[in-house]
Amino acid sequence: MIRDITLGQYYHADSVIHRLDPRTKLVGTFFFIIALFLVKNPLGYAVAAIYLALVIKLSTVPLRFMLRGMKAIVFLLLLTVGFNLFLTPGEPIWEWWKLSISAEGVRIAYTMAIRLSFLVIGSSIMTLTTTPNNLTDGLEKLLSPLKKIRIPVHEIAMMMSIALRFIPILLEETDKIMKAQMARGADFESGNIIKRTKALVPILVPLFISAFRRANDLAMAMEARCYKGGDGRTKMKPLKYAARDRLAYLAIFAMLAACIIVGRMI
Amino acid sequence: MSIIFNHVSKSYDADTQLKTDALKDVSFKIDDGEFVGLIGHTGSGKSTLVQHMNGLLKPTSGEIYVDGKDIADKEYSLKDLRGKVGLVFQYPEHQLFETTVFEDVCYGPKNLGLEKKEVELRAYEALKQVGIEDDYFYQSPFDLSGGQKRRAAIAGVLAMKPEVLILDEPTAGLDPKGREEILELVSRLHRENNITVILVSHSMDDVADYADRILVMDHGKLVYDDTVHEVFKHVKELEEMGLAIPQVTYMMYDIAAKGVDVSTDITTIDEAVEEIMKVWSK
Ligand SMILES: Nc1ncnc2c1ncn2[C@@H]1O[C@H](COP(=O)(O)OP(=O)(O)O)[C@@H](O)[C@H]1O
Ligand SMILES: [Mg+2]
Repeated sequence: MIRDITLGQYYHADSVIHRLDPRTKLVGTFFFIIALFLVKNPLGYAVAAIYLALVIKLSTVPLRFMLRGMKAIVFLLLLTVGFNLFLTPGEPIWEWWKLSISAEGVRIAYTMAIRLSFLVIGSSIMTLTTTPNNLTDGLEKLLSPLKKIRIPVHEIAMMMSIALRFIPILLEETDKIMKAQMARGADFESGNIIKRTKALVPILVPLFISAFRRANDLAMAMEARCYKGGDGRTKMKPLKYAARDRLAYLAIFAMLAACIIVGRMI
Repeated sequence: MSIIFNHVSKSYDADTQLKTDALKDVSFKIDDGEFVGLIGHTGSGKSTLVQHMNGLLKPTSGEIYVDGKDIADKEYSLKDLRGKVGLVFQYPEHQLFETTVFEDVCYGPKNLGLEKKEVELRAYEALKQVGIEDDYFYQSPFDLSGGQKRRAAIAGVLAMKPEVLILDEPTAGLDPKGREEILELVSRLHRENNITVILVSHSMDDVADYADRILVMDHGKLVYDDTVHEVFKHVKELEEMGLAIPQVTYMMYDIAAKGVDVSTDITTIDEAVEEIMKVWSK
C-alpha cells in the first residue's frame, strides 16, 4: 500500500530531481548546508535562495509540501530569533523597559532565521524526492569506505531502512489500537497529567506486543531467505551515476563556489 | 435503537496527494433488533463505515443519526454513544492489555463510570456469555488460545451492555471451529438479548446463515441494501466486485445446470435440504 512508503513525506512525482541518484542528493544537500554556513552577506543568501528556488521548481513538488516541514520548527525559529534579537550585546538601536535590540542582534537574528529555514527546506527537498529506501541505499554506498575501519555500514543501513519501514506501520497500529480502546470508552483527552499518562497503558502494552511480534516475524522471514549480513550481498538495483548526476554535481559545485565568492568576498 | 446514515461521505487525507474517498454518499437506515450483514471486498470501506457509527470517525459530509439524534451535535455525549453502540474491531485480541482476563473485561464498563460492583457483575456476565470458564478469569489474557482470546475481547465490549453490537470481520484468522463458535455466539446474543447486530464480513457464508438483510459495499459506495435472497440473486454483479455467493447457492446452480428442476433461490443449507427433499419426493 502506498501509505507504507510515504514516511519522511515522500512526494511521488517524476521529475529530474526525483530521478537523481540518492548519493547526488545527499552530497548536494550536504554542500548546500555548508554553503549556508560559509555565506556572510545578504548577497550570498540571495545566491542560495536562487539555487533553492531553481531546485524546487525542477522537483515539481508543490511549495506547500516544502513549507510543511517549516511548521515543525516554527517554535525553534521564533526562539532563536528572539534570543539573538534581544540578548546580543551591542549598541542599542531600540529600547523599551528592560529590552533592547542592537544592530548586531538584528543581523544575527535574520542570518539565523534564513539559515534555519533554508536548511529545513533544503533537506525536505531531499526527503520529498527520495524514497526512504533509496536514501538508506545511498547512505550505505556513500559510507561504505568506512567498512575498512570496521564500521558495520551495511548493518546500520539495514537497521535504518527497517526502522523507517516500521514507523508508518506502527503509526497505523497505534491509530487502530487507540480507536479500539476508545470504542471501549477510553478517554485520552481529559483529566490531569497522571490520569492521561495512565490512559496510555492500554495503548502502549498492545503496541509493544505487536512491535515484538512483527520484529520476530520479520527476523524469521529474513532468515528463511538466508539473510546473513552484508558480505557478498548484491543489489537488485545497484546505484549507478548517470549523465544527469554529473551535471548535478557540476551545479552543486558551481553553487558552492558562487556562495563562497559572492557571500564572503564581495 | 435505530441508526440512520444520511448522504455520508468520508475522505481520508483529504488535502494531500494520498486522498482516498473511502465512503461515497452512503445512505441507509438500520432498525432496532435487526441482524444486518455488511459485505464488500478488502478496501471497499466497511471498516470506515462502521467506525462512523460510534463516532470514532467524523464524516466529511452528511449526517448520522442514532436514535433520532445527530451524533455530531455538541451536546451529544460520545461516551454514552460508545456505551450504546459496541464496536468489536478486527483482530480484537490485539487490544488486550491487562494482567488478567477479568480485569481486561472490566476496562470498558469502568470507563463508563459505573460502580465497582456493577463493573464486576457485568464483566462476570459477559465472560459467561461468551463461554469462558471461571478457571481462565484470573489468567493472563495472553495465555489463552486464539479463539478464547477473541471471545474474551468480545466480552470486553459486551460488558458495556451495548444495544447495538458491531463486529468487524470477527471470524478473520480463526479455524472452522473458532469461526463456528463466534458466529453461534453472535446469533445467540441477537436472539436472547435482542441486540441489534451488524456483522462485517467478506465471507458470504458467514452472513447468509445469520443475517436478515445485507448491505453490499463496493469502492466506497453502497450498491445493494436488501434481503439475503434478493442480494444473492445478483450473482454476476457480485462476482464482478470480487465477491461470491454462498457455497450452497453455487451448489444449487450446479444442480440446476445439470437439468434438475430445483430453485436456485437458496442461501442456507437448511433451505437447500428442504428444496432437494421436495424435488426428490416428486
Ligand atoms: N486511517 C486511514 N488513513 C487513510 N486511508 C485509510 C485509513 N483507513 C482506511 N483507509 C483507506 O480507505 C479505504 C477503505 O478502507 P476500509 O474501510 O478499511 O475498508 P475495508 O474494511 O472494507 O477493507 C481503503 O482504500 C483504505 O486504504
Ligand atoms: Mg476492514
